[in-house]
Parts: sequence; C-alpha cells; structure tokens
Amino acid sequence: MPLLLIDFGSTFTKLTAVDLQAGEVIGAAGAHTTVETDVGEGLNTALSELKRQTGLNHFERRLACSSAAGGLRMVVCGLVPALTAQAAKIASLGAGAKVVKTYAYELTREDVDEIAQTAPDILLLTGGTDGGNRACILHNAKMLVDCQARFPILIAGNRACAAECESTLAGWETARCENVMPGLGKLNVEPVQRHIRELFLRRIIQAKGLSREAALIDGILMPTPAAVLRGMELLAKGTGALPGLGELVAVDLGGATTDVYSMASGAPDNGNTVMKGLPEPWVKRTVEGDIGMRYSADGVLAAVGADELGRLANLASDTVIELVGQIAVNPATLPDTQALAALDCALAGAAVQVAMTRHAGTIEEVYTPTGPTWLQTGKNLTGVKTLILTGGALIHSERPEKIAGHALYSQAESASLRPKSARILVDRKYIISAMGLLAEDHPETALGILKRELTERGKPV
Amino acid sequence: MKKKLIIGVIGADVHAVGNKILDHAFTAAGFEVINLGVMVSQEEYIEAAVECAADAIIVSSLYGHGELDCRGLREKCQEAGIGDILLYVGGNIVVGKQPFEDVERRFLDMGYNRAYPPGTDPETAIGHLNADLGV
Repeated sequence: MPLLLIDFGSTFTKLTAVDLQAGEVIGAAGAHTTVETDVGEGLNTALSELKRQTGLNHFERRLACSSAAGGLRMVVCGLVPALTAQAAKIASLGAGAKVVKTYAYELTREDVDEIAQTAPDILLLTGGTDGGNRACILHNAKMLVDCQARFPILIAGNRACAAECESTLAGWETARCENVMPGLGKLNVEPVQRHIRELFLRRIIQAKGLSREAALIDGILMPTPAAVLRGMELLAKGTGALPGLGELVAVDLGGATTDVYSMASGAPDNGNTVMKGLPEPWVKRTVEGDIGMRYSADGVLAAVGADELGRLANLASDTVIELVGQIAVNPATLPDTQALAALDCALAGAAVQVAMTRHAGTIEEVYTPTGPTWLQTGKNLTGVKTLILTGGALIHSERPEKIAGHALYSQAESASLRPKSARILVDRKYIISAMGLLAEDHPETALGILKRELTERGKPV
Repeated sequence: MKKKLIIGVIGADVHAVGNKILDHAFTAAGFEVINLGVMVSQEEYIEAAVECAADAIIVSSLYGHGELDCRGLREKCQEAGIGDILLYVGGNIVVGKQPFEDVERRFLDMGYNRAYPPGTDPETAIGHLNADLGV
C-alpha cells in the first residue's frame, strides 16, 4: 500500500504519494492551505484531487511536515551578537524555525514588550559560556517574568545558572538543555535542536490547530524546513549502502523569504588562511526575510538597487521602481506582460545572488609584515559541485540555469566564497520536504527518489 | 574555580609559536586558557572576555606594530562593561630598540596593567597573574 507525505505550507498543502516496493512517486496533488478554518479542509481537497488523478484512496501511513500558520516562530536571546546570540540563531534555523528576532545583551523593558507583541512559539534563552558570564542570562530571565505573552522558554546558556533561570521563571513552561556554546567558539546545536523539535511536536502543532487532523495523519513529524534539511543531508551524505552526491548547496526562492542550505564543511582551500568568527555547522541553513519574489520584492530592490535590476531586466530604473511598487502592493501579480516577465527574471537572479552571498563565507587578503595572508569568515563553498534549485519561482522558471548562474562565484565579488562551477539540479516536482519525511523510516527509498527526480536540464543525475 | 585568561596575538601578526608556548605554560600553571590564536582584533578579545567572564586579557605582539594595535583597548573594555579587567601585553611590542622603561610607561598610560619586554619568561607573567588575581 502506498505511503502519503503531506506538506502543510503557508499557502499550499502539497501531497506526494510514494510506492515503497517500487521506490517511486506515484502521485502528487495540492490545494490551498485552510488554516483559518481547519487545515483538514485543504487536505481533503488535495486528497480528492490525488484520488481523481491516480485512483488512490488508501494509504499505509500518512506523515506530515508543516510551515502553516506562520511556521515555527522563534525569538532568540544571547549575550554577544557574534557569539551566543549568533549560535542561538544558527541552532534555531537549523531546527527549521523562523527566527523572528535576535536579541543580544540585556533585554530592556521595551524589548520585552516587543517580544510580547511578537508572541513567538518558543523563546530560546542563551548567554555565557559554561562557567562564563552569568549576569546577562539571569537579568533576561528576570525581565521575561513580566512579559505579557506566554510561550515555552528553552534555556540553553551558561550551565552554572540554568537552574536559577528556571526557578526565576517559575510558572512558565521551561525546558533546560545543554549550552548552545559551552566554550568560546564551540557550537553545540544538536541538543537545542532536539528540544525545539520536541516542543514543536508536543505544543506548537496543537496550539496552531493542526492536530485536529490527527485522525487523518499519523503525525506531523517536523517543521517543513527541518524536513528539507533532512532531505538535503540524505542526498549529500547518502546512506550506508547508497552513495550520496557529496557536498551541495540549495536555494529555495519564495514569495516572502529565500532560504539557502549548504551541506559542506566550508574549509579553506589554502593552509595559509586564518579562520575568523564562529565555526559553522556542516548542515547550515540561512533565511533571508527581506528577499523574495513578491512580499519581499522591495527588499530585493533595496539590496541591489534599481539600476542593477534595470540592467538585468533591460528596463529603465524608473520602470523597475514602479513595477516593484505594484508587486509589493499586490503579491498576487502574475508576470503577464513582457516587462513584468523580464522583471521577475531579474528579481529571481538578484534574490538568489543576495541570499547566496549572505549565506556563503568571505575571504579577505591582508598584507602583513611577513607577507600576504588570508582571513576567512564563514564557509568556503567554492569547491561545491552541486547546486539545487527549489521553490515555485525557480522550479517553474523556463530558464532556471540562467537564474542559478547568479548564485555562483563571480570575479566582481571575488571575496564571496560561492561555488565556482556547479551542476544545476532542479526540484521540478517539489519533493525534497516529502523525501525528508520519508527518510525517517525509509532513507534508501527516499535517496533513490531524490536522485531520480532532481534533474539536470530535464535529465536525472 | 580556575581563573580565566583570554590570550591571542593582536593585529595583522601571524606569529603562532609564542602563542602556543604561552597557552601551554598558562594551562600548566592552573589557568583556564581561551586562546584566540593569531590576527586577533581588539573586538574579538573583548567579546570573548564578556561571554566567558574572563579574569584577564593577555595580548601578544611580535611584529613591531603592537603600539598602534594596542591603543584604545582599555577604553573599549570600559565601553563593553569590563573596564576593570586585567590587561597584560608582551612580546616585541614596539619598533626598534627603545629603553623599555619608556615603552612600559607608554603602555601603562594606555591602561595596561603590565607590559613585558622581549625575552620575558612565562613564569614572570604567571607570578604577576597569581599576585594580581589573588590566586
């Protein structure tokens, strides 16, 4: 009997049916997500569509991931912006969360009011290495006591004061876990990510009215970005028996945000390079909240400027500004004129370039009295040979390779360590999150399908 | 609890050997050493000291530009809320051969608690750390 994989997205609920024996996708369907009423309605519409296409009605299991109702919204607090605050953000993004805001140093009364307005699903409270600074996290725990909104607080700071934070927050739902940065520059993201997922399963799904579907599905396993990460990691590393594709990067270009994933060590090419900043995890995800094709089209304009977008689209700068203004006001705009189609292509290229540049590391040549040397911050992705495109704007594009070119290394921005030459694979059927779900119990089947369905110029790899 | 020291080589200086020797010597003397390595900026020393609640920052410089690199570190510590932290500096910290009394005076005026000439044994600094930190 087939297995059904469900992705409750913010706008679409997507279904993928898989035949486990044959190891194939046997059907896919979608419908609008209906989070205002009951997500079950949209799910049923999509199920009818799937039945109409394939005749399938019964499934062995139904597994789901969700980014509906705003996704897993988190606020993170740390001490130094480049240290624990950054570590907390990296850990949360890697758990599939949407990090609404990152606070560093001591929270003020205004910050706490702002957090109450934000009403996150989880707040991650960090600060201090183990045995390090105590004052900041204790201050922040005290400030949060009076917060006018309620949400679970995950405490992952200096272990020497975790118990004191917890007792300060008596009456709140709290969870304690290992420090996200136990020693200076040492990232410890897995324990935080396990706790986030556990809270997501136990609390968030229910709070968002997604669990009424419990009768229809066997469980929402994870936030959608976590499923995508799982699928990407599987594709890169392979399983014990089947090889993966090796190091890869992926871009998911959406209407409001652009996600970039890298499965790579990011080590320097050259032994003469000094590393700066926090070490970054092999599995890394970044989200650009200001870069997207519709809601965030004005963010792309702000990032690259009207002249550059105009150059890419072969339009006058004034026209670009006018059209981007229209798109931002009306996100349902379709590229139904020649100018809008050209602008969409330019927006996609620019968005991919900005998001990949922010994700990738940088290198700087420094002249010292003993000769030139290099300073690298973040991941060196120049040697990564596979670039995956996913998300509506890319997978439905007629010329994805052209857009993808903007993600690659360029001589003009030689400090940005983006891939130098990579084959471009397109996730035409949008199956990566589904395969991340399938990978929980059937990694080899999921890997086989990924390798078959991600295509290079229409051909499997 | 062990006293915590932030060590590193400041500026565009890549001399790593002395840095490793200090790491070993301070660790063996019972300190917890957080070693930032070479080419460390003032901000990196301060951020590390804040996050780890360190007891002292020990700045090394071998390439002669230390006097430029070290200026303003005390003021930045004050700005970051760790104005009272111990600051030591040592190595080949100025250009050319100058009487060390003058050099030391200039660094003490910059807010460093101790400054050391070339060829100082780690034990000298360890003795001072024990005295200054009341170990």
